[in-house]
Amino acid sequence: MRFPELEATREAYGDALVELGSENPNVVVLDADTSVSTRTQKFALKFPERFFNVGIAEQNLVGVAAGLALSGKIPYMSTYAVFAPGRCLDQIRNAVAYPNLNVKIVATHGGISVGEDGATHQALEDLSIMRAIPNMKVIVPADANATRFFVKKIAYMEGPFYVRLSRPSVPVIYDKDCDFTIGKGFKLQDGSDITIFACGVMVAEAMEAANQLKEKSVSARVIDMHTIKPIDEDLIVKAAEETQGIVTAEDHNVIGGLGSAVAEVLAEKHPTPIRRIGVRDTFGESGSHKELMLKYGLTANNIAQAALNLISRRK
Amino acid sequence: MLEQIDVQKLCKKAVTVRRHIVEMLAEAGSGHPGGSLSAVEVLVALYFYKMRHKPKNPRWEDRDRFILSKGHAAPLLYAILAEAGYFPVKELKTLRRLNTRLQGHPDRITLPGIEMTTGSLGIGLSVAVGIALAGKLDGRNHRVYVLLGDGEVQEGSVWEAAMAAAHYKLDNLVAIIDRNGLQQDGLTEQIMSIEPIASKWRAFNWNVFEVDGYNLKEIINVLDEAEKVENRPTVIIAHTTKGKGVPSMEWSTQCHAKVPSKNILLSLLKGLK
Repeated sequence: MRFPELEATREAYGDALVELGSENPNVVVLDADTSVSTRTQKFALKFPERFFNVGIAEQNLVGVAAGLALSGKIPYMSTYAVFAPGRCLDQIRNAVAYPNLNVKIVATHGGISVGEDGATHQALEDLSIMRAIPNMKVIVPADANATRFFVKKIAYMEGPFYVRLSRPSVPVIYDKDCDFTIGKGFKLQDGSDITIFACGVMVAEAMEAANQLKEKSVSARVIDMHTIKPIDEDLIVKAAEETQGIVTAEDHNVIGGLGSAVAEVLAEKHPTPIRRIGVRDTFGESGSHKELMLKYGLTANNIAQAALNLISRRK
Repeated sequence: MLEQIDVQKLCKKAVTVRRHIVEMLAEAGSGHPGGSLSAVEVLVALYFYKMRHKPKNPRWEDRDRFILSKGHAAPLLYAILAEAGYFPVKELKTLRRLNTRLQGHPDRITLPGIEMTTGSLGIGLSVAVGIALAGKLDGRNHRVYVLLGDGEVQEGSVWEAAMAAAHYKLDNLVAIIDRNGLQQDGLTEQIMSIEPIASKWRAFNWNVFEVDGYNLKEIINVLDEAEKVENRPTVIIAHTTKGKGVPSMEWSTQCHAKVPSKNILLSLLKGLK
C-alpha cells in the first residue's frame, strides 16, 4: 500500500478547530447533537463558552450560525452531510448564501463510505446541492492533513463555505505542512495519456489506479480536485488538451458533483471523452466501508478500468 | 415612560408610515399590504422610541438589532427606515423595481438599516438567537427584536429557535408576534390553529406579554417591561388587524399579497388618519 498511515478527516477537523480556537477568539462552533461523531467535541471541551450544541435542530443550527456571523463571529457549524444541507437547505440558501454570511458549514459522513449506518446516513447528493447555490464555495479534502489545512484556511476567507468530510479512517496522502490554493486543483502526479480528477476519499484510490495503469504502460495524471466550486477550469482544459481522456472519481452520485462539474467545463470549452466514477444514481445500503466501495464501483480498479476503456475507444 | 405629547408624535408618525406603505404599494402594483399595515405601531414604537440606533451609522456596534422575520412586510420596514433617515424617503417609490435597493423582500447587502435578509418564513428567530448569543459572549448590552407573523409560527423551525432562546436564557431577546389572525389562505385558526399561542410560549419558558397592537402606550410599556426581565426571553403577542387603517382591507383575506388598483389605493389615502 502506497499510503500506509490512516486517519479520519473528521478527527483532523476536531484538531484544527482546537488550533483555530486558540489563535482566533472569534471562532465559534455549533453542532446539532453530533459532536461526538463530527469531533467538534474536541473544541467543546477546550472552549465550552464558544461552543453551542443546539440539539437535534438543524434549521436552528444554521439560523443561529447566521446570527453569530452577523455579529462578527466566525461560526463553524457541523452535522452529518445528509442533514446539512438535507435538513436545512432553505436556511443555508436564504440565511447564509444569499446574504453572503461568513458561515463555515463542515459536514462529516459524506458519501457511501459512511458504511454500516446505511442509506439514510450516506449523503450522495450534498455536493450537487451546495454547488448550485450562488456564493457557496465547496471543498472536499482528500485526507486528514488537507482537512487541517482547509479548515484553518477558510477561517480567514470571508463568506460561506461547505467542507465535506467523511467518516472512515482514510490514507494519509499529504504531509502536515501541505499547502493548497482554494480553487486550484493539486497535481499529485503528472502523466501524458489520461487525467484522473478525484476528490475526497477517492484521491487515494486514484493514485492506486495510476499505479495499476502504469503496469499497463498507461501514463496517468492525477489531480486532487479538492475545490469543487469554484472549479479549476484552466486545469481541466489543460488536461483535455494534453491527455487523451478524463476520468473523474468521487464518493457521490455521478449526477451533480465533481464529475458533472468537470463534464460541464469540458462540454463548453474543450469537448473530450470522459468517464465518471461515482455512485450511479442509486441509494446506498449497510455494509463495511470497503465492501460498499467495491459493490458500488468506487475503487482504484474501477478508475483504472474506466481509463483503459477510454483509451481503447480512442485507438 | 413617555409624556402624552410624545405618544401623540408617535401616533402621527404611524399615520405617515401608513401613507408611505399605501403609496409605495400603489406605485409598485404588487406586494403585501395587509401584513405591512398591521404592525405599523409596533415598529414605530421600536424605531422611534425604544431602540438605540444611528441611521447615519447603520453598523454601529452597540445598536439594538431588529429583524423582520416576516420579510414580506418589507414595505413597512422600508417606510420606517426612510422616516428614520437611513435613506431618502423618495427612494420608497422604487419598491420592487429593477435595480432597486428596495427588493421585494429585505436584502441586508443592498439597503442600509436592514439587519438581516429575510423572506423565507421561520428563520428570523434563529438568527436573532445567534445575535443575542454573540451579544452575551461579547458582554455587550444591545438588545435584539424580531417580528414574526402569526401564521409564521406554524413553521417548526420557530419552535427550535424558541427552545434555544430559553435554554440560553436570552433576556436580551424580544420576539413580537403580529397576531392579525390571517394568513395567505385564510384565518390562522382555520388553516392550522396556533392557539393557545400564549401558553405555547409560556411552556417554552418564555416571558409572555399580550398587547393591543394599536395602543402605543401599551406597546411602549411592555417594551420597557421586557427590559426588566432576567434570564428569560420575552415574547409580545400584539393583537392587530390585517390591513389596519385602510377600511376596505381590514380583516380581508384578500389583502395578504394582493394590491388594489392605484386609483383605489390613492383614494383610500384620504381616509387615513
